[in-house]
Amino acid sequence: MKEIIKEKVKELLAQGKIKGFVGLRRRGENIGPHVFTDPEELEELSLGDRDRPGDARYPLVGLLGALSERFPFETFGILVRGCDERALRVRMADNRVTPLSPDRVVPVGFSCPPDLAQACQCPKPWPDALAAGEPTPGATRVQEAVSGDLWEEMDQWSDILNRCVKCFGCRDVCPVCSCRECTVEQEAMVPQRELPPAPSFLITRAVHMVGRCVYCGLCEQACPADIPLKSLYRLVARTLGQDLAAPGAIAVPRSTPAMSRSGG
Amino acid sequence: MEYKATLTTCPYCGCGCSFYLESVDGRLIGTLPSKTSPVNQGRLCVKGWNAHEFVQHPKRLTQPLLRKNGELTEVSWDEALDYTARRLQEIKESGGPDALAFLASAKITNEENYLLQKLARAGVGTNNIDHCARL
Repeated sequence: MKEIIKEKVKELLAQGKIKGFVGLRRRGENIGPHVFTDPEELEELSLGDRDRPGDARYPLVGLLGALSERFPFETFGILVRGCDERALRVRMADNRVTPLSPDRVVPVGFSCPPDLAQACQCPKPWPDALAAGEPTPGATRVQEAVSGDLWEEMDQWSDILNRCVKCFGCRDVCPVCSCRECTVEQEAMVPQRELPPAPSFLITRAVHMVGRCVYCGLCEQACPADIPLKSLYRLVARTLGQDLAAPGAIAVPRSTPAMSRSGG
Repeated sequence: MEYKATLTTCPYCGCGCSFYLESVDGRLIGTLPSKTSPVNQGRLCVKGWNAHEFVQHPKRLTQPLLRKNGELTEVSWDEALDYTARRLQEIKESGGPDALAFLASAKITNEENYLLQKLARAGVGTNNIDHCARL
């Protein structure tokens, strides 16, 4: 897959169709974000797989957003998995002074293997702009264990949410987070500089993620407290009845009222 | 348009988390934890996530400041160091070695911390040495 993508990007750069290609570069044991402008650099292209598929993923769409804001008239290529493409669509739908326009972005996509899709619980582990790889079937939904008792459920979540140290890692790494005035930095919404931090940060962010979250899982990977953020966001989205409209959200048929209330 | 992701170590505590400092045309725009670092494995604390903020911050001190006639004035490093050395000597003469105290830091290397305690104990002759991590 990597070779196909390298060739595709070389072609785009040679034809002058893109200013640069937002992707990943491997140097020795390290994989990090990079904007390729010279075809020679593509020898170091990485898809974000070091020891296991997808173990070195970064918020490339976030990086593209930052570049596009500074260079609104340039066209950039970007390496995308299924989740990246969903994030791209969310960002393009944003109403901004310098909008991220579809004619300024050339996505070059590849599919994720079934194991990774399952681990991410991804409904569509391949982008429409598929340059390499075959469309992998979506993950079979793992039903999260629910006790059926809402109070007990909330108790369990309470213990988990109290682990939050408000490092803001989830917000900082999120590829669809782009608000100039962030809700969780407003005293009126989330008490600032309060120790220990109240779970209001997590809940407020979860509400904000309804309709935006693409379930890429970068937040969970960035959380030092191992909080299952995707599950939290799914729970809140479902509770607010919005998940079926959310980009990339997993559509689960509602069964019993008890299960749907507790997010099962 | 030059985007650079420079892999570096966090300047704050002794953990030594690895991250990429993101810059566009020489201006720092953000920080991304290194996914491949065995130390932090793609995670950072709030200080690490914002380490890019202070480097080119307009309020960052660029010159030593010395209080003259109640006002903080910009001076050269030589003047600042000469003044500091002279005053510390004077305080040691008049108040004894225990009139001075030393505070070590996680922001400097183990070797520098070793030198500091040597200065305190062997140089000045006081045991008044502690470390910011104990605060």
